[in-house]
Amino acid sequence: MVVKRRKKDLTFWERIYIPEIIKALMLTLRTMFKPKFTMQYPEERFVPPSSYRGRPVLVLDQTGDERCVACGLCSRVCPALAIEVQAGETDKEKERYPEKFEINMLRCIFCGFCEEVCPEEAIVMSKDYELAFTNREDAIYGKDKLLVPVNQLKDRIEFLRRYK
Amino acid sequence: MNIWQIIIFSLVKIFIILNIMLLTVSYLVYFERRISAWAQNRLGPNRVGWEGVLQPFADVLKLLLKEDIVPERADKRIHALAPMIALFVAFTTYAVIPFGPTISLFGFNVPLVVADINMGILYVLALTSIGVYALTLAGWSSGSKYSLLGGIRSSAQMISYEISMGFSIGGVLLFAESLRPLAIVESQGAWMWNAWIQPIGFITFVVSAFAETNRLPFDLPEAEPELVGGFHTEYSSMKFAGFFLAEYANMIIASAMITTLYLGGYHIPFVNLEAIGITGTFAVILQVLAFCIKIALLLFFFIWVRWSLPRFRYDQLMNLGWKVMFPLSLLNLIWVAVLIIVFKL
Repeated sequence: MVVKRRKKDLTFWERIYIPEIIKALMLTLRTMFKPKFTMQYPEERFVPPSSYRGRPVLVLDQTGDERCVACGLCSRVCPALAIEVQAGETDKEKERYPEKFEINMLRCIFCGFCEEVCPEEAIVMSKDYELAFTNREDAIYGKDKLLVPVNQLKDRIEFLRRYK
Repeated sequence: MNIWQIIIFSLVKIFIILNIMLLTVSYLVYFERRISAWAQNRLGPNRVGWEGVLQPFADVLKLLLKEDIVPERADKRIHALAPMIALFVAFTTYAVIPFGPTISLFGFNVPLVVADINMGILYVLALTSIGVYALTLAGWSSGSKYSLLGGIRSSAQMISYEISMGFSIGGVLLFAESLRPLAIVESQGAWMWNAWIQPIGFITFVVSAFAETNRLPFDLPEAEPELVGGFHTEYSSMKFAGFFLAEYANMIIASAMITTLYLGGYHIPFVNLEAIGITGTFAVILQVLAFCIKIALLLFFFIWVRWSLPRFRYDQLMNLGWKVMFPLSLLNLIWVAVLIIVFKL
């Protein structure tokens, strides 16, 4: 009968234990001198790839107008009910614009549905991940905080065109 | 020397050693955190001061400002007494460990050890046995089942490993024919270290020292995943700090004991100082430095092992203690006896 050696059956040297301990010690010693992966946060910051879903922002076109036409699809699709849009009329070609556009960042779950549903490419997820507030009022972002020039969002828009 | 001079010299030595101990303990915590971080590809605390060197002071300040919570069901007096015992044992044991040869100072012969007593090793063994009470009482008086389990484990573990520790020391004592730490150091000389002569005893002693100081692989009394925090689960603020300091002070004592008993104490390895013409104060400084470096390397080894090996299971710990370490230390004793008979050492 052939005795099969199982993984838990140790050889003589493994049962002596000391060679195995020395192996373990050598491994940790080598690791001690390897480069470290820690990012020293306030000095070094993580730059996310274009697939990253950070804070949702409204795109400000090069003409100085927001792209949003206040159709309300984003607010409709938002599973956390974080977006509130009120439409207003304008003389420009797009006819409608958001009079009020608010995202409650305490509610937002960064799912990216708003960006997916937007017909105008007007709301996209940015790379901004540093979101901290000291009270609940500050967490509601109005148009002043949401509008971001389009040239800062090129990465994400490019990504959306390619993979959406 | 009359009695007053002895008292003054002793007080000065106690003051210096206690301060060095406290400083070393706080920096040991810092190095433990840094080295553990390096072993895990992290950086560790490096913000407070240059590369985080002021971190220990920040830690102590934080602990001082914490609220001291005593559980309702705790036995309050014993709860407060336990960390005191731990600290007392940790800091008094160092009294008998020599960190340098006898020097002449202001016309007196001053041994560089707080108390040069002729049963120093027995004193260390006795005090470490009292140390068990600190953990057991802490676990028992907390009124928590996790603490109690930690306390019971610690007493079982420390009693089991004290046996192999005692028998390993037996081998050293056979050679030195004295219980005086200074005599043991002198008997080893520059290179005839006990670690070379009785390697089995050295290994059993080091393993027992790890178990006695509750360091990982043997830190079952405070096994975090199973016992929350073990015997110090219910401790906070400076009482917790007491246990914390005592643990690290015990590490220093264990290293000092290993150095004294097995690694030639303050002797510089393979160098005969008198032969190359270094004598006087400079030689003494070199020897004290050699002692400190040996201890520092051993402390690094303690930390290094902690971040390399997994914790033993309770039955494995007892198996190792009684069925492996105990017979091995006896074997070592026989080996030393045979050596003495054969070579008439």
